[in-house]
Amino acid sequence: MDFGLIAQHIANGLMMGLIYALVAVGFTLFFGVLDIIKFSHGDVLTWGVFTAFSMYLLLTWMGLGHPVVILVIVAVVAMAAIALLGAGIAKVLIIPLKGAPPLNVLLITLMLGTVLRESIRLFYPDGANPKHFPALLPDWSYSWGNFTLRFDNTVMLISGLLMIVLVQLLIKRTKLGMAIRAVSQDEETARLMGINFNLVVYITFALGSALAAFAGVAYGLYYNEINFNIGLLLGAIGFSAAAVGGFGNIYGAIVGGFLFALLQTIGAAALPFASAYKDVFAFGVVIIIMAIKPTGLLGEKETERV
Amino acid sequence: MTGSTRTPVSFLPALVSILLGAVYMVFFLAGESQLEIFGLLLGACLVLLLLRRFKILERVGRSAKDHSMAFGAAAVAATVAISLYFYDDNFVLFLVATVLVYTLTCLGLNIQFGFVGVVNFAGASFFGVGCYTAAILTKHTATPHLLVLLLGGLAAAALGFIVLVPVLKTRGHYSALVTIAFALLFKTFLEVNDTLGGPQGLKCDGLNLFGWNVNQDIVIGSFEGSFYLGYIAVALALCVLGFILARRLEDSWVGLNMDAVRLDETVSACFGQSIPKAKITAFTLGNFYCGVAGALFAMMLGYIAPTNFTFGDSLILLSIVILGGLGSLWGSVAATTIIIIMPEKFQMLQEYRFLLFAALVIAILLFRPQGLLPRPLRAFLTLRSR
Repeated sequence: MDFGLIAQHIANGLMMGLIYALVAVGFTLFFGVLDIIKFSHGDVLTWGVFTAFSMYLLLTWMGLGHPVVILVIVAVVAMAAIALLGAGIAKVLIIPLKGAPPLNVLLITLMLGTVLRESIRLFYPDGANPKHFPALLPDWSYSWGNFTLRFDNTVMLISGLLMIVLVQLLIKRTKLGMAIRAVSQDEETARLMGINFNLVVYITFALGSALAAFAGVAYGLYYNEINFNIGLLLGAIGFSAAAVGGFGNIYGAIVGGFLFALLQTIGAAALPFASAYKDVFAFGVVIIIMAIKPTGLLGEKETERV
Repeated sequence: MTGSTRTPVSFLPALVSILLGAVYMVFFLAGESQLEIFGLLLGACLVLLLLRRFKILERVGRSAKDHSMAFGAAAVAATVAISLYFYDDNFVLFLVATVLVYTLTCLGLNIQFGFVGVVNFAGASFFGVGCYTAAILTKHTATPHLLVLLLGGLAAAALGFIVLVPVLKTRGHYSALVTIAFALLFKTFLEVNDTLGGPQGLKCDGLNLFGWNVNQDIVIGSFEGSFYLGYIAVALALCVLGFILARRLEDSWVGLNMDAVRLDETVSACFGQSIPKAKITAFTLGNFYCGVAGALFAMMLGYIAPTNFTFGDSLILLSIVILGGLGSLWGSVAATTIIIIMPEKFQMLQEYRFLLFAALVIAILLFRPQGLLPRPLRAFLTLRSR
C-alpha cells in the first residue's frame, strides 16, 4: 500500500472520528451532570440534520444564492433549534426522572429516540426515503498521487476541532463551566453554593444537543445523503466511544471517537477480510477493551476491594 | 406479610379472573372491526380501574398467590381452551404461538435482569443464535428435532460465554454497552456473512417430533385443526417447564443469593456470596431460554433473516421485562401478551405502531415505574411453613 492511500484513509478516518467525537462529547456531558445516559442523542442528531435540510430548502426557495451564507445560516439555525429541543427534553423527561433507576432512564430515552425517528419517517414529507443533502462548500481539491485533500473536508475538520476546543474552554475557563463542573462533582453541594441546578442541566443538554446538530450537518456535507435512521448507528457509536473513553471525561470521549473511527478504518482497509466487516471488527474490539478496562480508557479508578 | 397467622384465601377470585380473562381474549382475538377492538380495550381499562378502586384486584392477587399451582394450571387450561376455540384460524393461532415463544424468551431475560441484575440488551441476538442453529441443523444434519431445540439453547448459552468476561467485569452503563455492541455486531455479522445466507436469510425445516410432522394440519376424525395447534402445544409445554424452573430457582437459596447480588454486590460479597457465580448462572441460563425459544420459532416460521434480530427487537424484549415488572414472572407473561398481540390487532395503525409502542412504553414507565405487576417482597414464611 502506498503512502497516498494511507494518507487518504487517515483523512477519512479523521473526518468520521470528528463526527463520533462530537456525539460522544454530548453523551459524556449528560452523564457528567446527571449520571444518566440519554440514548435519544443519535436521533436528536437526525432532527438536527433534517432541520438543516428544511432550512436549506426554505432559503433556496426564498432565492438566497450564495452557498456559504446559506451554510452558515443553516448550521446556526439547526444548532439553535436542536439546543432548544435538547433543553426541552431535559425539562420534560430527564429532570422529572431524576431518582428513577438508571435502566428505566436508559429505556425511556431509547424509546424517545424511537419516537423522534419514527416521527421523521412518518410526518416529514417523503421522510421514509433518503434525501440528497447539498454540497454547500466549494469543491476545490488538491491531489498528491492517490491522496486527494478536499477543501470542504478540511474546513469541516478545522471547524469541528474548533468547536471541541471552544466547548473545552467553556467548561474549563468560564463561570458557567465552573457551575457545570460543580454540579457534576456534587449536586447537593452545588445547590448549597447557590447554583441553579435545573438551569445548569438545561444548558448542558442544550450544549450537547447543539454539538450533535453540528455533527449532523457535518455528516450531511460529508456523505451528501441523509436518512431518517442515520441517528441509530451514530448514537450507538457515540455511546460506545464515550464508554470506551470513560463516561464523564471529555478527553475520553474525544479519544474514544477517534479510536472508533481508527478501528473502522483499520477494519475496512488493513485487515484481510471484506470491508463489510468493519463494524463487526470495531464493535468486537470495543467489547475486548471493556473486558480489559471496565470503566473505559480514561475512566475513574474504582476503589473497591471485597 | 406474616404467613404464619394467615389462612389461605379462597381460590374462587383467581379462577373467576382467569375465566373472564379467557373469555375476553376470545372476544379480543376474534374482533374484526377496529371499533370493536377499541371498545374492548377501553372497556378493559375501565373495568381494571373500577376493580382497583374497589380493591378487588388485590383479593384476586392474594388468591392467585396462595394457590399458585392451581392458578398456573388454570392459566394453561385457558390457553388450551382459547387455542381450541380458534382451531382453524391460522393467524390467531400464530399469534398465540408467538406470544408463548416470546414469553419463554422473556422468562430467560427476567432471570438475568430481574433476579441478578445482569443487563442484556442483546436478547434478540441470543434468540437469533437459536434460530440459526435450528436452521443449519435441520437443513444439513439429521439431528432429532427435540435435540435441535436443546442444541439451539446450548449454542446460545455457549455464544454468551464470548461476552461473559466483559459482562462480569463491567457494571451499569458500561455493562449495557457490552451487550449493545454485541447486538450490533451480531446483526452486522449475519448481514455480511454469505454462508449464513447474508441479508436473505435461511430456510428452516418444520418441527418433527418422533415421526409426528408438526407442520401438517391436524386431522382427527371430523376435526380438522391448523398445524399451529401442534406448535402451541410444544411452546406451551416449554413455557410451563421454563416457568416452573424459574419459579423453583427463585424460591431456592440460589435465587436468594441472586437477589442479594442484585440489590448490593458489595454487601453480598462481604457475606461470602460469589458474585461471578450468580451472574454466570443467570446469564447462561437466560441465554439458554432465548436459544430454545429461537430454535422453536425458526422451525415454526420456516424462514429466518437477520432483520428479525435487530437491536430494536432486543429493545422490545427488554421493555417487556421492565413493563411486566422486574423479576415478576407472571408480569412477563402478561406484558408479552399485551406487547405482541396489541400491534397485530390494530392493522389500521400498522404504519404508526412503532411510534405508538414507544409512546406507550414511555407512558407506562413514567406513571408506573415498577411495571404492571411488580414483584412482591419476598415472604420468608410461606403458607406451607405455618
